Amino acid sequence: MSVEIQEKAAAAANRERPEPRAEALVFERSGEGKIGYSLPPLDVPAAMAIPEALRRSDIEGGTQITEVEVARHFTRLSRLNFSIDQALYPLGSCTMKHNPRTNEEMARLPGFAAAHPLAPEGVSQGALELAWRLERILAELTGLARVTLQPSAGAQGELAGILMVRRALEKTGRARTTVLIPDSAHGTNPASAHFAGYKVRELKSSAKGTIDLAALEAAMTEDVAALMLTVPNTLGVFEDRILDIARIVHAKGGYLYCDGANFNAFVGVAKPGLMGVDVMHMNLHKTFSTPHGGGGPGSGPVAVTEKLVPYLPRPTVERREDGTFFLDFDRPDSIGRLRTFLGNYGMFVRALSYIAAYGNRIGEVARGAVLNANYIRAGLAGTYHLKYDAPSMHEVVFSDKKQVEQGVSNMDIAKRLMDYGFHPPTVSFPLIVHGALMIEPTETEGKAGLDAFVHAMKEIARECAEDPEMVKHAPHSTPVKRVDEVGAARNLVLRWKP
Amino acid sequence: MKFLPTSDREREQMLAAIGVSSIDDLFATVPAEVRQPPDLPAPLSEIEIRRFLGGLAAKNANARDTAFFLGGGIYNHYVSAIADQMLYRAEWLTSYTPYQPEVSQGTLQSIFEFQTHICQLTGLEVANASLYEGASALVEALLMAERLSKGKKRAVLSAGIHPEYRETVRTYFQNLGLEVVEVPLSADGATDTRALEAACDAATFAVAVQSPNFYGVIEDWKVGSSAARAAGALSVAVVAEAVSMALLSPPGENGADIACGEAQSLGVPMHLGGPILGFLACRAEHQRQIPGRLVGQTRDAEGRRAFCLTLSTREQHIRREKATSNICTNQGLMALASNIHMSLLGKTGLREVALQSHAKAEYLKSEIAKIPGYRIPYARPTFNEFVVEAPEDAEALLSRLAARKILAGVALSRYDAKDRRRFLVAATEMNTKAEMDHMVAALSGKTS
Repeated sequence: MSVEIQEKAAAAANRERPEPRAEALVFERSGEGKIGYSLPPLDVPAAMAIPEALRRSDIEGGTQITEVEVARHFTRLSRLNFSIDQALYPLGSCTMKHNPRTNEEMARLPGFAAAHPLAPEGVSQGALELAWRLERILAELTGLARVTLQPSAGAQGELAGILMVRRALEKTGRARTTVLIPDSAHGTNPASAHFAGYKVRELKSSAKGTIDLAALEAAMTEDVAALMLTVPNTLGVFEDRILDIARIVHAKGGYLYCDGANFNAFVGVAKPGLMGVDVMHMNLHKTFSTPHGGGGPGSGPVAVTEKLVPYLPRPTVERREDGTFFLDFDRPDSIGRLRTFLGNYGMFVRALSYIAAYGNRIGEVARGAVLNANYIRAGLAGTYHLKYDAPSMHEVVFSDKKQVEQGVSNMDIAKRLMDYGFHPPTVSFPLIVHGALMIEPTETEGKAGLDAFVHAMKEIARECAEDPEMVKHAPHSTPVKRVDEVGAARNLVLRWKP
Repeated sequence: MKFLPTSDREREQMLAAIGVSSIDDLFATVPAEVRQPPDLPAPLSEIEIRRFLGGLAAKNANARDTAFFLGGGIYNHYVSAIADQMLYRAEWLTSYTPYQPEVSQGTLQSIFEFQTHICQLTGLEVANASLYEGASALVEALLMAERLSKGKKRAVLSAGIHPEYRETVRTYFQNLGLEVVEVPLSADGATDTRALEAACDAATFAVAVQSPNFYGVIEDWKVGSSAARAAGALSVAVVAEAVSMALLSPPGENGADIACGEAQSLGVPMHLGGPILGFLACRAEHQRQIPGRLVGQTRDAEGRRAFCLTLSTREQHIRREKATSNICTNQGLMALASNIHMSLLGKTGLREVALQSHAKAEYLKSEIAKIPGYRIPYARPTFNEFVVEAPEDAEALLSRLAARKILAGVALSRYDAKDRRRFLVAATEMNTKAEMDHMVAALSGKTS
């Protein structure tokens, strides 16, 4: 190869990997004497009433940087991220849907963003009314009696829900010892059950990927407090025997907990309350479109049946006969608080804004999500292995079984998708599918985007056969090449040092 | 519907490709008995949504249109415009947990920088990527100490810790066989040192003290850390007003093993109490028991510096019921806001914000102390918040002032019925002398 051709190849590679590819740490951009803020002069006498022994010296390593450089730094950093606004982000179980910008604007109104949770009730009526209204809407959508908005995210909602079950059982004399959890469940389920003081017993899924009714019947003893069930489950399969499942759990005095992470599959179409669900958390950052923000904040409201209402976290929001709203702290059977104040209130504003935009047509969300997942399934069936072929709802779980024969794993396929301009699906979950590729397109992807994704996945399958080494070294076009995660854990560097 | 990009014609093509005649066919596994459309109003347009939610927002007093002195764990500090505007960038707003490092270096590096800022402020060696908020951060810190103790069952908590934090601890501990002992405050508003030492025994896994405490009083971290050391327990430093760390001797230099709490005042708006920003930092020797996400520095295949999530085997998606915590989603975007804020203010700005907040609170405290009938019950030094005892019922007084656009404080009767006449007053760099004088005049009954 001539020098000239090599240079052309390098230029092409650079076009595929545009700048920025790396950005210095904000601490490395810092320079003595630079200022990034402006404060008014002190208009009261300078005062120092704190004894010197209780004061600190300079913040060692603290930055000195201007607003200009901060603007550049965080803009350049942002460009190293993939985001929903760029293309399909089919991270299964995470429901990466479009985040409407009206919601952002509404949450930033001073009456919400610059308001304080401990202001007197008389000047907080709008805040209380919004929470009260959102609660009623979520109760209507779930077909359950009441809702707490307090939990900060899904995992905290799970804990709140199981604590309520526990408190209700204690009232009848015995808290019981065990929570049943299918082997396909999210890892938060067993962790939350553990922090509520329960032992976890894993239920093996049937050959269909759903609950094995005979196994449930056998496991469902009077030591079992609850079954934690994800509906539809993490394979995207709806438990078509849900009414039988509820009957078996209730017959032994247990509670049916619904992990509502996948509520997007049936919101506005069906109601958990009609399925026999006693308690269910929702993720406002999934079904109700509040932005994921690079890892949060979330919000995990929990809906309950009438019999669990006395145990809701404290305080609840109530309406008086005269139409005014107040916080009710006088709830003697409450499980207590899960956190400070009312919860991630800014997410309530966004979720209510989102639900208001759909109103009684919110079922179109689920219908769109299910249509899209099935379209991807139809497009990729045959190219990728489908371990469980039960009908899919909002997501579909393929595996790398065919590609492993060519020496390529699900992780390699995920990395190669980045070169095609997509975020990878969730990999290696659920645990019951070896080499899983869990694809959730959501309803906010159009046909053209789905077609492009299916095309990319088929191309990758072809590459796995024709050039497996190239796939195994993917990604080739991202800001950094494959990252050494094992090395990170072996040689821990968790902070910058001066 | 503007959020649904599929046309009718495309929908027909998709149904044909799937091999069904209608979307309803795809719901065949959902039993008819459980289907029911919701009883909700018709969809609203963007204009109508703005009107509806704008109307609700307008009913809430806020810091921009009142003389504002509320604290109690949420503070009205300066946030630079860029810290919020940066959050609108889709690359920050609409991405998720950086499971795939090759397309998430922005988020990962920002978390690494956030972890570094928290380490610098607390004087500790390792900080996580954030927790929900202050109360659950304290819970996570205590559970971490309990795991490290291998079998001890008692946590000793100062009564100066935010009452909502203490209530949250009781909620989490109620079924784990763990005991909480609360140590009262002395008459001067600081934790009773002797009672603290007496409460610690060989079964104690953690001693937790908050500074400034809920009543604004600055505690000496060494009181908690020496009691902990003497009992063989870990010392947990709790901070609810994070700006104070820019001025006060940091936990890590005073024997604390874990520092945790609320970082809302470092760049996050009040948001009616959420989303806010929990943090947790510890000594390096305990890093493998830290809860939540952690970002580490590493290399890519070509040797360039890169970042990724690390020590994931502590977490629920790998370890399930044996995980160090059930937390998954945390407060990512708030940690970004805080990173931007701390970077902008840096070494000198954080200190200046703290100094101004302190000076303003000192001025306000001395002016209120001059009003006949009013009293400052705690003599100990405070940072930017203090307790006032009024000659009348505080809740009634504060509601009266609120109607006149003065949010003068938080009534303590909300947390303890005995404190009927007491309220908490906070000042920050946002307050002007004029509005403080206005508030003092209103308390003295000198204005109508």
